[in-house]
Amino acid sequence: MKFFLLVFSLIFSAFSIAETWFIKPSSNSQEEIQEALILAEPGDIIQLAEGFYKLKHGLSLDVDDVSIVGAGHEKTILNFKDQISSAQGLLVTSNRVVLKDFAIEDAKGDAVKSKGSDEISFINLRTEWTNGPDSTNGAYGIYPVESKRVLIDGCIAIGASDAGIYVGQSEQIIVRNTLAKFNVAGIEIENSYYADVYDNIATQNTGGILVFDLPNLPKQGGKFVRVFNNRSFDNNTPNFAPEGNIVGEVPSGTGLVVMANSNVEVFENSFSNNSTIHIAVVSGDLESGDENYYPHPKSIQIHNNSYSNVGYSPDVDRGNLSKLLVEIAEGEMPDVIWDGVLPLSQAILGQPQDEKLILKENESIKFLNLDALWYFLFSYFHSPNRDKTDFSGDIKALPAVEEW
Amino acid sequence: MVKQIIVFFILLNSVNLWSVNLEAILSSKPEKKLSDYQLFEDLTNQLPSDGVHPYILHSALFSDYADKERFVYVPEGVKAKFKPNEVYEFPVGAVLVKTFSYSETTSMGKKLLETRLLLNQENGWKAHTYVWNEEQTDAFLKVAGYTYENIEFLKNGELMQVSYRVPNQNQCKECHLKNNAIMPIGPKSRNLNFSIQYKDEEENQISFWIENGLVENHMPLDLIVNWTDQSATLNHRARAYLDINCGHCHLSSGSASNTGLYLNYTETNDMNIGIFKKPVAAGRASADLKYSIVPGKPQESILLHRMNSLDPGVMMPESGRALLHSEGVELINDWIENLQ
Repeated sequence: MKFFLLVFSLIFSAFSIAETWFIKPSSNSQEEIQEALILAEPGDIIQLAEGFYKLKHGLSLDVDDVSIVGAGHEKTILNFKDQISSAQGLLVTSNRVVLKDFAIEDAKGDAVKSKGSDEISFINLRTEWTNGPDSTNGAYGIYPVESKRVLIDGCIAIGASDAGIYVGQSEQIIVRNTLAKFNVAGIEIENSYYADVYDNIATQNTGGILVFDLPNLPKQGGKFVRVFNNRSFDNNTPNFAPEGNIVGEVPSGTGLVVMANSNVEVFENSFSNNSTIHIAVVSGDLESGDENYYPHPKSIQIHNNSYSNVGYSPDVDRGNLSKLLVEIAEGEMPDVIWDGVLPLSQAILGQPQDEKLILKENESIKFLNLDALWYFLFSYFHSPNRDKTDFSGDIKALPAVEEW
Repeated sequence: MVKQIIVFFILLNSVNLWSVNLEAILSSKPEKKLSDYQLFEDLTNQLPSDGVHPYILHSALFSDYADKERFVYVPEGVKAKFKPNEVYEFPVGAVLVKTFSYSETTSMGKKLLETRLLLNQENGWKAHTYVWNEEQTDAFLKVAGYTYENIEFLKNGELMQVSYRVPNQNQCKECHLKNNAIMPIGPKSRNLNFSIQYKDEEENQISFWIENGLVENHMPLDLIVNWTDQSATLNHRARAYLDINCGHCHLSSGSASNTGLYLNYTETNDMNIGIFKKPVAAGRASADLKYSIVPGKPQESILLHRMNSLDPGVMMPESGRALLHSEGVELINDWIENLQ
């Protein structure tokens, strides 16, 4: 009999109606929120009322089809200043999750992370370290990794000691209408496929937007990234990342860096007041020891961007790129650089046309090919190579990321 | 359908035959009290019911110096399957029980803290945590975790203090997740192949499990190295320590798959183990160090730095520890120092 009751209740639980959990700030918010995040059923909404939530432990969600919704990113504030456990403010490991209208402040590690999520939306969130840029701040603000169908829309990311928006090892990504400021990297797309980054503002970071590919990771070969209609300006905050990290090598005053990716299209953005460089297209780690890693940027197209005021105070303290740039530029700082590093065979025989950097910009923009390989080999004879002719060609527009 | 029939017969069999409450084990909703499962004849003294057997792992995870008592239950008539190098494949209805306690606290002598259950249900393993009451008469379901503030306990006579954190249900999953499903970590043939004291006699655990129908007959595998075993090589001890403390997340199918740092015992690629591996998403936790492991230089190795920290944004493991494991730190320090 008990068995039949069990079956009966199982059948009926499958038809339960979506519920909304209402939570208000209280001395018991920690347990209330976490309990809701665990006991929620698919379809449920967890509604966080306006107010300041002081949390001591990181939160986590592992139920599919759940939304966590606040009253606005200046009204519902989850503050982790006194956090004593977990490496992030909020961790999501389930699918079809919407996070909307709240703020995560002062997390000890990353502010909000999704791992292995399919369809994860970060909408109108704010992630912030409230003491301003500081090396003791957490690494990432909004951090989807190994995720698929990622939407970051209308968010604000402030003060991350690595990247404000960091999408890693993910696929099908849209980042739009987002403001990233006072981070080391404003927006970073790393080891990811199919990303559209548009209508964002990256300002007062060390580097505005980074499109990177790194070796020795389960997912690499970053490709098909479109960066358009963004504004990247005044990214002159001194680099405050810990040194071992890859972003620790980004010189302050950088608008955009494309490193080791293929098929990247950068267009209709505006770059201004970046004190080192607006756009740098560079190779990654040439000695990674990873056979599957292709360290050179490939099929990069840059067109119809606007540029003003660059290179007026280059940062030569971090990384080697800026030092080299200043040495080679001989006082005439460019808007766009390519490091000119190719695999040996291509350095000798030439680069296939469809892999070349294409630059289709107003005649007045200043370009510099660092020609780094030859510079190191024959620096005495090296003169700055500002010739753009080798980089002309037709733009082959990349496909838009399909919304889901 | 076949599965349903099996479950039905297991249930039918169980009605009042044994004291263990199989219906509770298979129920989609966890019981509110630990006693409801009837896994123990005497809950307070952790004396198991018939069919529930104690077991001990040869190499165990650090949990703030808490003692751990483990028990296994497998329904009559079904057996776990042997999987070389992996955890036994337990049948539906199996339970793994782990009770955490401090044997000597300043307030009350032995203090039971929490009992964690892994219940193998038709749609996979479920993890639940029960927190003991002050009277130590029963433990109660806590899904959102719990903190015991400032427990004072003795570790080999030395007074220590801890704010002991009972994990929430999602944190259980962080370690027990393999390919998106909850899996037990400990009960592998390699980890059990030695003798322990049972009620009546001392016996090899695997022989006992086979005799009592818990697992199918198999040739036991060589025992894994216990990281505390001074007679083993430093490399084996260190790798055994990293395996049981880190390797369930730092595994290509685990929660830390994205890091590219894999610390399971069978990993052989130097870069994956962390040797001259640059940090990826460590942020400030890398503390200006350049690599996870620099052979010969423990002080320049991020891995050791994170083991040696109590800052939640830096420390590893991310959960399950509020104290430093000085013995583990020492072992890994020595290991890195001797790496070439």
